[in-house]
Amino acid sequence: MGFSSLLEKYPKEYVSRYLNSVTEEQVKASLDKANHEIPDFLNLLSPKAADFLEQMAVKSREITIQYFGRVITLYTPLYISNHCENSCTYCGFRSGNRIARNILSLEKIEENAAEIAKKGIKHILLLTGESRKKTSLEYLLAAVQTVKKYFSFIGIEIFPMETGEYALMKEAGVDGLTVYQEVYDREIYERAHLYGKKKDYFYRLDTPERGAEAKLQSVNVGPLLGLGEPLSEAFYAGLHAFYLQKYYPDVEISLSVPRINQAEGACEKLFNIDDAVFVRIITALRIFLKRTGITLSTREKPAMRDNLMSLGITRMSAGSRTGVGSYAAREKQPEQFSIHDERSVEELTRMIVSRGYEPVFKDWEMLR
Amino acid sequence: MLPDDIFQLGGKTFSGRLLVGTGKFPGPQFITNVIRASGTELVTVALRRVDLGSRDYNILSYIPKNVTIMANTSGARNAKEAVRMAKIAREAGCGNFVKIEVINEMKYLMPDNEETIKATEELAKDNFVVLPYCGADPVIAKKLADAGAAAIMPLGSPIGSNKGIRTKDFIEMIIEYSTIPVIVDAGIGKPSHAAEAMELGASAVLINTAIATAEDPVLISRAFALAVQAGRYAYLAKARVSQDKASASSPLTGFLREEG
Repeated sequence: MGFSSLLEKYPKEYVSRYLNSVTEEQVKASLDKANHEIPDFLNLLSPKAADFLEQMAVKSREITIQYFGRVITLYTPLYISNHCENSCTYCGFRSGNRIARNILSLEKIEENAAEIAKKGIKHILLLTGESRKKTSLEYLLAAVQTVKKYFSFIGIEIFPMETGEYALMKEAGVDGLTVYQEVYDREIYERAHLYGKKKDYFYRLDTPERGAEAKLQSVNVGPLLGLGEPLSEAFYAGLHAFYLQKYYPDVEISLSVPRINQAEGACEKLFNIDDAVFVRIITALRIFLKRTGITLSTREKPAMRDNLMSLGITRMSAGSRTGVGSYAAREKQPEQFSIHDERSVEELTRMIVSRGYEPVFKDWEMLR
Repeated sequence: MLPDDIFQLGGKTFSGRLLVGTGKFPGPQFITNVIRASGTELVTVALRRVDLGSRDYNILSYIPKNVTIMANTSGARNAKEAVRMAKIAREAGCGNFVKIEVINEMKYLMPDNEETIKATEELAKDNFVVLPYCGADPVIAKKLADAGAAAIMPLGSPIGSNKGIRTKDFIEMIIEYSTIPVIVDAGIGKPSHAAEAMELGASAVLINTAIATAEDPVLISRAFALAVQAGRYAYLAKARVSQDKASASSPLTGFLREEG
C-alpha cells in the first residue's frame, strides 16, 4: 500500500533542513495563495512563520467559517476496555503497567451509552486498549450493535484491523475510524513501542487506508504531539491526511493533533510544544487542507479549547472521561490520560453558544 | 406596471425565487430571522441534522409554518442511500420535496450525476417532488428531466466556494433546453452572482454558505432577496423588450412594403 512511498520522499533530515531554511518572503508568498501545495504547508509550519501567526490565524478562521460555518460538532468518547497487548512507553494503559484492568459487559456498555445519550450527544467514539484477545472482533461487533440505538454516528478507536474486519464493523453500524500513528519518526517509534503488534510501524501506517478501503464514512488520523519533533510530526500528519484525501476521495478525512499529557507511569522523554507553536500547527493544517475536519480533545485546557474553536477546530469531545465505563461507574477508574477540560456537555455547549457558534449534536444519519 | 411573477414548483406557488439552505448557521435563531428577512418560502434542511428526538434542539422547529421544507440527502454516497434518506425525511414529517445530493468526492463535493439520475427516477415514481443537485451539463439536465425531476439544480461553482457562476456557458445551455425550472445551486457567493444567475434566466437560486457564514446573515439575506428580484425583473424586461420588438407595429423592415 501507498502512504509510505510518499512519506519516503520527505526524510526527516530534509524536512528539518527545509523548515529551518524558509525565508520571510516564502512565508508571505504561501500566505497569499488561494490554493496551497506541499511546499506552502512546510513554509507555514516553519519557525519563520511564527512572525505571521496573526495573519495565519485570520486566514485559518476565514477558511474554517467558509467551509464549515460557525459550527462545532460534539462527540463523547467511551472507553469500554483498557486491556492492552502493546507496550507504548507514553501510555497509561500499556501492557505491564500495573493498573486495574477492566472490560465492560454489554450491559455496562449500554448503561454508559444511555448516560451519554441523556446529555443529547449523538456522536460517540468507542475506545479500547489494543487487545485482540480481550476485545475480540465479535465483542466489538456486539458493542456496536448495543450502542447503535442511542447514536447517529459511531466511531471506533481500537486495535488496527484488516480491511474485511472493518467492512464487518461498518455493516454493524460503525461510521468512523480513528487511528493514530502516534509518531511518524521511525526511530522514535521503534523506541517508544517496546512490544506487541503495534511495534510494526508500517502495519499501523497503512491502517487508515484499510479503513478507507472498507468504505468507512470517515477516517481520522494524527500524531501524538510531543513524541517526535513537533513541526515535522505535524507535517507528516498533514501529508498523511492529504494522501488519504487524494486516493480515497469518497472518504471524509479528518485530523487530530493531541498534545501529549502525562499519563500514569509514562516514561518517554517528550518534546515541549508551546501554545504559539501549537496554534501555528493547527492554522497551517487548516490553510493547507481546507475542508478537512480537525478534532480537539479534552487533553487541552478550557481556555485553549475555547480560543482554538474559532481558529480551525471543527469537532470537540464533550463531557469526556477516559476511564473504562466511567459514565456509569461508582468508583474512579484508572485513566488513559488526564483530562484538562472537565466541563460537562451543558457547560461546553453554553461556552460555544456564548462565542457565537452553534454546537452540533447530530450531523449524520445512520442508515444501517 | 410590475409583472405578475409567480414561481410554481411541485404543485405549490412561491412568491419569491430565493431558496435558502439551513446549514452552517451560527445558531438556529438565525435560521428563523433569515427566513423572515429574506422572505424565502422554500428552505432546504439536511436530514443528517434533523433530530426529532432532541430535547432542546430540533432544527425543524425554527422554520415558520408557512415555509415549505425540502429535505436534502447530504451524506448520501449513492442512489440507494439518497432514496432511503428521502423516505426517512418524508416519514419524519418533512413533506415530499426532496433535494437529491449524492456526493462521492469529499474535497470539492462534486455531485455524482449517475447516481443522482438513478435516485431521481426512483423517488419521482414514489411521488416525491425531486430537485436534484447536479453538474452543469445540459445532457445530464435532460436525463434528470426525463427521470422525473421537478426542477434541476446545476452548480454555479463548487459548494461553499463562493466563486460565483463559473459554469455560465453551460448554465445558459441548460436554461435554453430545459422544459422544467432551473435553479442555480452552489457557489453563489455574493448578491451580484445571484442577480447574474437570474438575468441568465434561472427560475430561482439556492443560497446557503454565503448567507450562513456572513458577518450579518440576516442583512445579507435581505440583500440576496433584492438581488434575486432585480435579476428576475431584468430577465423579464429583456424578454418583454424582445417580444415588443418582434411584434412592433412599425417593424424595422416595414419600409420594404411601403409604396414609393
